[in-house]
Amino acid sequence: MSAVIRRGLGVILVLLGVMLLIFVVLRIIPGDPASVLLNEHASEDSIRRLTESMGLDKPLPVQFLDYLKNALRGDLGQSYYMRKPVLSLILTAFPYTLKLTALSASFAWIFGILAGVVSAVYHDRLPDHLFRGISLLGISVPVFMVALFLQYLMYFRLSLLPLMYDGSFVSMILPAAALGWNSAGSVARLTRSGLMEQLDSPYLDTARAKGLSTKKAILFHGLRNAILPVITLMALQLSGMLSGAVITESVFGISGLGKLALTAVQTRDMPLLQGTVLFTALVISVGNIIADVTNTLLDPRLRTKS
Amino acid sequence: MIKAVIKNKAAAISAGIILIIALLAVFAPFLLPWDAVRQDLASRLSPPGAGHLLGTDALGRDVLTRLLYGTRVSLAVALIPTGLAVLAGTILGIAAACYGKAADMIITWFTDVTLAFPGLLFAMVIMYSIGGSMLSVVLSIVVMEFGSIARIVRSVALSILENDYILAARTMGVKSSSVILRHVVPNLAPTLIVLFTLNIPASILSESALSFLGIGIQPPDISLGLMVSESRTFLFQMPWLSLAPSLVIMTLVMAFNFLGDALRDILDPKTRY
Repeated sequence: MSAVIRRGLGVILVLLGVMLLIFVVLRIIPGDPASVLLNEHASEDSIRRLTESMGLDKPLPVQFLDYLKNALRGDLGQSYYMRKPVLSLILTAFPYTLKLTALSASFAWIFGILAGVVSAVYHDRLPDHLFRGISLLGISVPVFMVALFLQYLMYFRLSLLPLMYDGSFVSMILPAAALGWNSAGSVARLTRSGLMEQLDSPYLDTARAKGLSTKKAILFHGLRNAILPVITLMALQLSGMLSGAVITESVFGISGLGKLALTAVQTRDMPLLQGTVLFTALVISVGNIIADVTNTLLDPRLRTKS
Repeated sequence: MIKAVIKNKAAAISAGIILIIALLAVFAPFLLPWDAVRQDLASRLSPPGAGHLLGTDALGRDVLTRLLYGTRVSLAVALIPTGLAVLAGTILGIAAACYGKAADMIITWFTDVTLAFPGLLFAMVIMYSIGGSMLSVVLSIVVMEFGSIARIVRSVALSILENDYILAARTMGVKSSSVILRHVVPNLAPTLIVLFTLNIPASILSESALSFLGIGIQPPDISLGLMVSESRTFLFQMPWLSLAPSLVIMTLVMAFNFLGDALRDILDPKTRY
């Protein structure tokens, strides 16, 4: 139990650090958001009033504590540009990003594990070389290249799928494939190397000695053990996927978190950017905790340790 | 080490490809007669042909010339921050491993914080505060990468510190600073070389992603990611405009991945990341 508490405390400390870091970096350049918001002819008086109403006249530590206090109550401030509460903007955008990452994660998992298993079963033969080549290609192409290539092929050449996201499931296929492609490559590589490590282990020899074919032994016994690091990788990939989502969302016109953050940078909307980055950090922490719990549930060895 | 690289076929080919691309990029001004920046609207969007081998872009500039200049920027903006990230990660990792529990806790917390959110989003925070430029791209890539490097260096340094020769040196009264410089750092070297090579692909991809989104390298500077984003409008009519820079990025990333994997097998067969 104490391990759980320590873990939770660690997450809270990290999130506090994230808030502090974003807060400080956003204020390195002492710009004046109030005068950016009002036009250049605004009187000094109105600039001063807006600055005060946004709390920007207080010393930075006080501003940070205020921000912290409000964030704990679920208030991430008002968007400068869109004039709406940041939290409601984020909560409107999040389902899109969630759908996109969930779909591309399933894509990455199904294809990655399949390719990894085939590689390991046929290792050093043609299917292995083929799939290893494809996985290396997977981790080596930029997300935008896959996205543009898919648009060119599937929309322009074959007219199979829509060019942009329009809310339908069909129009989510290309973005998800573009985003999942990278992760599929690393899942395949890790599955293969995990399985290869298991190949020499005594329990597989036992399984084979009891009459199981090598393929079945790998599938039913080896994969269970090899999958654990893949689950950990999945949690790590969540972060990369949310990075990639910025690009995918901007190419396919999905109004998710990444697009929101990009808009925030382009319109110099500090509260919105701050809130979005903080929110993704929260999502990633939750993802890490879920991965930990899943690993503990799947691997009895981890349970006895604590 | 160099001998081993030459013996390893994949590593040798990758190193060769990287070298050729780098040389082409460095000597671009002597190889092609075109100017990478000057616009020539009369011959805009001409298809690949004898004069302009890869055609011209929307502003009439020779695509091949811009490709080589872009590669230059992309390579520089990948190598420099990767080096800085390895340096910062090494210093922090060693400090965490060697300077007691308090230092370890603080540094681990700090690296955890930088790893807690997507790199691209933090890069956006940096872009917001200092604007898109080469400097901010370099800075973002360093911040994205030093955390995981520090983690690995810390764990490798801890395992080095457990060796008997460290105990022997300490028993003989060697100062801890010389233990670090004489024993820990040299033993870390193979790990660092591998980390450097394997982080370059990530840097190239980050730079191109930032520039593609329009918040990285800004025109009139040229970068491969920026070229892709500039030619996106013509994706269906002139796909080679987007394809050429993407292919260069892909080739570089693949070559560095191969080289890094091979170096790891050669130098550091025990560790896997």
